[in-house]
Amino acid sequence: MSEPTRPATGEHSAISPLSIHDLTVAYHRRPVLWDIDYDAPAGKLVAIVGPNGSGKTTLIKACLELVPRASGEVRFFGQPYRQVRHRVGYVPQRESVDWEFPINALQVVEMGLYRQIGWFRRIRKQHREQAMEALKRVGMAEFATRQISQLSGGQQQRVFLARALVQDADIYLMDEPFVGVDAATERAIVQLLRELRARGKTALVVHHDLQTVPEYFDHVLLLNMRLVAQGPVSEVFTEENLRRTYGGKLALLDRVGQKMVQGGGA
Amino acid sequence: MIGEAARLLSDWSTVDTWIVLIAALAAMACALPGVYLLLRRQSMLGDALSHTVLPGIVLAFLASQSLRSVGWLDSRTLHAAQHAILFGGALISGLLTALLTQWVQRRGRVEASAALGVVYTSLFALGLLLLRLWADNVHIDPDCVLFGAVENIVISAEQRASVAWFTATVLGLNLLLMLLFYKELRISTFDPALATSLGIPAQWMQLGLVAVTAATLVTAFEIVGSILVVAMLIVPAATARLCTDRLGTMIAMSLAVAAASAVLGHAAALTLPALIFQPLGFDEVRDANTAGMMAVAAGGLLVLAALLSPRYGWISRALHQMRLSIRIAAEDLLGRLYRQAEEQSRPQEAEVIDHLGQPLLIRWLAAQGLKRKGYVRRVQGHWLLTDRGHQAAARVVRAHRLWESYLAAHQQELPDDQLHFSAHRAEHFIDRNLQAELAKELQRPAQDPHGRDIPGENGNGGS
Amino acid sequence: MSGRRVGCLSHGAGVHTRTMQRPRLLALAAVLAVIIGGALLVVLSQPTTAWAGPRSASALLAQVEPVPAAAPHMPPAAVPTATLWQRFVRAITLRDYHTRVVLLGTLVLGIASGVVGTFMLLRKRALIGDVVGHAALPGVCLAFLLQQIWQPGSERSLPMLIAGAWLAALAGAGCTVALRRWTRIRDDAAQAVVLSVFFGAGVVLLSIAQRIPTGSAAGLQNWIYGQAGLMLASDVELITAAAILGLVSCGLLFKEFSLLAFDEKFAAAQGWPVLLLDLLLMGLVVMVAVIGLQAVGLLLVVALLILPPAAARFWTDHLLRMTLLAGAIGGVTAFLGVLPSAMLARWATGPSIVLVGGMVFGFSLLFGTQRGLLPRYWLQREVRRRVGRADLLRAMYELIEPALPDDAPQVTSLAGVPVRRGQLVQKRSWKARRVGRLIAEAQRRGLIDAGPADQVRLTAEGAEAAFQAARQHRLWELFLMQAADVGLTQVDRSADRIEHFLEPDEIDELERRLARQYPELAQPEPTMPQSPHALPEEKS
Repeated sequence: MSEPTRPATGEHSAISPLSIHDLTVAYHRRPVLWDIDYDAPAGKLVAIVGPNGSGKTTLIKACLELVPRASGEVRFFGQPYRQVRHRVGYVPQRESVDWEFPINALQVVEMGLYRQIGWFRRIRKQHREQAMEALKRVGMAEFATRQISQLSGGQQQRVFLARALVQDADIYLMDEPFVGVDAATERAIVQLLRELRARGKTALVVHHDLQTVPEYFDHVLLLNMRLVAQGPVSEVFTEENLRRTYGGKLALLDRVGQKMVQGGGA
Repeated sequence: MIGEAARLLSDWSTVDTWIVLIAALAAMACALPGVYLLLRRQSMLGDALSHTVLPGIVLAFLASQSLRSVGWLDSRTLHAAQHAILFGGALISGLLTALLTQWVQRRGRVEASAALGVVYTSLFALGLLLLRLWADNVHIDPDCVLFGAVENIVISAEQRASVAWFTATVLGLNLLLMLLFYKELRISTFDPALATSLGIPAQWMQLGLVAVTAATLVTAFEIVGSILVVAMLIVPAATARLCTDRLGTMIAMSLAVAAASAVLGHAAALTLPALIFQPLGFDEVRDANTAGMMAVAAGGLLVLAALLSPRYGWISRALHQMRLSIRIAAEDLLGRLYRQAEEQSRPQEAEVIDHLGQPLLIRWLAAQGLKRKGYVRRVQGHWLLTDRGHQAAARVVRAHRLWESYLAAHQQELPDDQLHFSAHRAEHFIDRNLQAELAKELQRPAQDPHGRDIPGENGNGGS
Repeated sequence: MSGRRVGCLSHGAGVHTRTMQRPRLLALAAVLAVIIGGALLVVLSQPTTAWAGPRSASALLAQVEPVPAAAPHMPPAAVPTATLWQRFVRAITLRDYHTRVVLLGTLVLGIASGVVGTFMLLRKRALIGDVVGHAALPGVCLAFLLQQIWQPGSERSLPMLIAGAWLAALAGAGCTVALRRWTRIRDDAAQAVVLSVFFGAGVVLLSIAQRIPTGSAAGLQNWIYGQAGLMLASDVELITAAAILGLVSCGLLFKEFSLLAFDEKFAAAQGWPVLLLDLLLMGLVVMVAVIGLQAVGLLLVVALLILPPAAARFWTDHLLRMTLLAGAIGGVTAFLGVLPSAMLARWATGPSIVLVGGMVFGFSLLFGTQRGLLPRYWLQREVRRRVGRADLLRAMYELIEPALPDDAPQVTSLAGVPVRRGQLVQKRSWKARRVGRLIAEAQRRGLIDAGPADQVRLTAEGAEAAFQAARQHRLWELFLMQAADVGLTQVDRSADRIEHFLEPDEIDELERRLARQYPELAQPEPTMPQSPHALPEEKS
C-alpha cells in the first residue's frame, strides 16, 4: 500500500559506507532518536554534533545493533551490519570498560584482532606485531606492556583507537574520542583521522567541541533527537543551524515523543 | 481441584493461624531493612550476614562460658543473660562483616560482591571451626536454624502469644526506626556524598542499617528460620520495586508482599503437595515445609509482579501495546475514510497511507470497535463515515497535518514523504491540548505543507 | 609529536618483559596439569574399598549450617595416641589412603575453581557460586522425586541427581540474567532473589521427598551438601573429570572469555555471540560448583570460586598469569587446609581450607606485589621521601645561590655554607615540623650536617645532590617552557612530579634537546642553567 519509502538522495547512496533510513530509537521509555535519515559521504571525516542527550552515542550504538531499534534500517556499504562487520571499526567511550582489568595496552589492541583470529585459535606473533604496529601509529608503542589503569585518560583513548585501527576497517565510528584527553592526544587523533581519510576511509566521530569542528572535519551531522542538518561543514555549520540544534526550541517535539514512547507507539 | 484444596484447607486450625501470624510478623520485620539493602545494591548482604553471625554467637558463648568458669558470673545470671550475650555477639560480628567488607573493597580495591564473598566465607568458616573445636556441647539444631522453631512454639498457647508479641515488637521497632530516619535513610541511600555534605553521616547510616538488619535476622532466625529470613529480606522489596517508583509506596508494598507470602505460603504448604502427589500414588505426602513454601510464594508474587505490574509488567505492557495498536488501526481507518471523502468532494493531491504493518486481526478488531461506537457504517462492502465518525476523523487528520506543518517549519532536512511518515506515527499521540498548542505556535495555519486543508478543531472542514 | 617523546622520556621501561614470561607460564600450566593427572592416577590405582565410611547423617548440612555433633571425622584412627609430629609426618607423607583422597580431590577442585572463578570475578559475578550452589537443591530433589514417580522405591542414581542439580543451577543462573535483563531488578538483588527462592523451593521438595516412605531419601541432604572430609575416590574421579573439562574449555576459549569479561559491548559489535559465550562460561562455573557441592559442600565451593582469584589479583596485572596463579593458589590453599584436618581429629576439613584461603587472601592483600597494601604504601612513602629530599636540597641550593660567584656555580663551593632553618621554612612555606623531619632524614643520609644554633650545611655529598636536584628541576622547567603547548600536565598523571623521576639517560636526552636553544648546556662539565623565572615566586 505504501509508496517506496526510500527517498532518492543522489548518486552516492548506492555505495554510501553508511546509510541510515528512518531510524527511531527509544531508551527507557524516552525517545532518543527520531526518524533519522542519513547517508554518510565516502572518504570524509564527519562530526556528529549536538547537545547532551541529543542521541549522538545512541546513533552509533543503534548502527552497530548494540541498542534495539524501534524502527528503521541501517546499512553499511549497502549491506546489513552483520555481514560487513569486519569493515566497521568501533571506538566506544572510554568509560564503557573497567580500566582496572588485569590486561596491558598491547593485549587490548590484540582484542581488535580476535574476530579475525577466530574461535579457539591462539594469538600468534604476527598478530602481536600487527597490534604493536597499531600502537605505534597512535604513538603508544612505549606503553605496550603497561597495565591499562596506569595510563592517562588520553593514553587510554589512544589504546582504544589502536584497537579499532588494527581491524583495518573501511568506516570508523568513534564515540567521543576527544573527551578528557590532553592536547598531545588530541593532535594525535586528528593526525590519525587525516591519515585515514587519505587512505579513503570514512570516520563518523561524536564531537562536542564546536570550535574545532571546521578545523578537524569535512562534514557535519547536527543532531538533536532528530537530524537537524547535515552536509559539508562550510555549508551546514552555520549559526542558524547551530541555534536550531542547541536552541532546545522544539519542546513540543520532545513532548509528543515522550507521549509516543510511553504509549508504546514508537 | 479447587474443591479439593478447600477441603484440605478446612482443617485449618488455630495453630495454623498462629504460625501464619508469627511468620507474617517476622517476614514484615525483615522486609523493612530489606528495602534499603535492595536500593543500596547490597542485597547479598542479607545472605552473608545470615552466615557471619555464627562466629559472633560462638565466640560470645565461649566468652560467657569462660566468664562463668573464672567465677565472674554465676550460673543463674548467665542463664538469664545468655540470650543477650549471644545477641550481642551476633550483632558485633554482623557489623564486623560490613566493616571488613567495606575495608577490603576500598583499600584492597576489590569489587564489592567479591569482597563480600571473601569476608563472609572466611568468617563463617572460622565460626564453624570454633564451633567444632570448643563448643561442641552447644546445642544448635540444624533443622532449627534452617526452619526455625515456630512449629514447636505454636503448640503451647502461652508461648505462642509471647513470641507473637515479641516479633511484633521487633517489627514495631524497625518501623519506628525507619519512620524516624526516613528522610536521612532516603538521602544517604540515594546520594551518600550529598548526605554527608549535608551533615548526615552516610557511613553511620549504613552501619545502623546493617545493625538493624543483623538484629532482625538473629531474632527472626530462632523463630522462623534462616530460609524465610533471607528470602524475606529481599524478595518482597524486589517485588515492590517492580511495581512502584516511590519509596513510601515501596515500603508499604513490600510489607504487604511479606505478609501475603506468609499466608499464601502456609496455605500452599497445606494443599499443593497433597494435590500434586496424592494422585501420583504418594498418599503419605500431606503437606510440605512451610518456611520453604513461604519463600516460594514470595518468589511467585515476584513473578506475578514482573508479569502484571501496571507500568513495568510484561503482560500488562503487551496488553497495552495491543490496545494501542487497535486504536492506531482505528484512527488510520478513520483518517483514510476522511481523506477519501475529501478527495471526492474536492480533488487534492493524495496522501499515501500505510498500515505500519498492522496485522489483519488488529485491523478487523479496530473496524469492529468503530462500528460499535457508531463511527462507521458498512454500505455495499464499503466503509462509510457517520457524522460522529467524521468529526473524530477530522481530529485525527488535523493532528496529522498540524504535525507536518510543525515539522516542516522546524526541520528542513526531512524530505516530504519522510515528513508524512513521521506525522503518520505521531498523529495518534497528539491530543487536543497539544493540537491547540501546535496550532497556536504555527499561528493557526489553514493548510499543511502539501497544500491540503487542515480541518478545524470541531471536525468541520477548515479552521 | 613532542608529547609522545615526553612519554618516552618519563617511562624508560620499555617492551621487554613479555618474552621472558612465556616459559614460566607454560611451566606453571604444566605443573597444574601434572597435579591433576597425578590425582587421577593415584586415586584410580587404589582399591576403592579401602575406606568407604558411611556419610554420617549428623554431618547433614554441616557445610551450610552449623552442626553441633562432631561428625565422626575421618580417621587417623590407626594412630590415636601419636604425637603431633608423628601425625604431621603421617599426613604430609600421605600415608593414609583417605588423606590422599581428600587431599587430591580438594586440590584438583581448588585448581579448577580458581581458574574458572577468575572470569567470574572479573565479570563482577563473584557470588554466582553461592547462587548456583543454593539453586542446585531443588534440582536434586526434583530429580529424586521424578525417579520415585517413574520407578517407586528405586535407589538413588548419581548421574540423575547430578544432572538435576546441574540443570537447576543453570536455571538459577539463567534467572539472574533474565531478571536483570528484562526487569528493573539489579544484579545483586536478582542473585539474592534467585538464591532464596530456589533454596526455598528445594526445601519444600526435600520435605516432600522425605515424606515418601522409600527410605532412600534419607541421605539426600548429605548428598547435596557433602563434607570435604568424607570424600570418596569416586568423588575425586568426578571432580577430576569436571576439572579437566573446565580447564580445557578455559584454555581453548581463553581469548574469548577474556574479551567477554573486559568489554562485552565491543565483543558484541565485533560479532561474537556474547550470550552463547556467557552461557558457556556460566555452564562451566555451574559444573564445577555442582560437582564440588556434593563432594565438599557449599561453603567450600563458594570460597574456592572467590578467594583464589581475588588473592591472585594482588600479585599480577596480567590476565593469563592471574588465571594460572589463581589455579595454583586454589591448589595450595586446599593442600594447606587439608593438612591440619588430617592431623587433628576435630579440625573440619572444609572450614579449614576456607580459613586457609582467607589467610592467603589476607596475605596477598597486604603483600601482593602489584596491588597489595604494603608495597603500595612503601612505594608511596619512598616517593614522598625522595621528593621531600630533593625539594629540601633544591631549596638549600637556591638559598645559597645568590652568594655564589657569578661566573659558574661550582658544586664544591656549595658545601659548608650555613643556612638557617627559618629561611628554609620561609622559602617553601613548609611547616617547621616538616622541615625538621626532612633535615633529620637528610642528616641520616649524610647529605646535611647541623651547624651551630639552628643552622644546617650541605656536606660534600649533599652539595652534589643539591646541585643535581636544582639542575634537574631547571632542565625540566626549561623543557616545559619549550614545549608548553603540549599541555604536559595531562600527559601523565605524575607529570607535575616528573622531575624527581628522571633517569640519567633521560637527563642526557633533555640536555641534548635543550642544547639547541641553550648552548651552554652542551659543555662537557655539567653547568647550572639559569632559572627561567624569578626565584622568590616559586611554588613547590
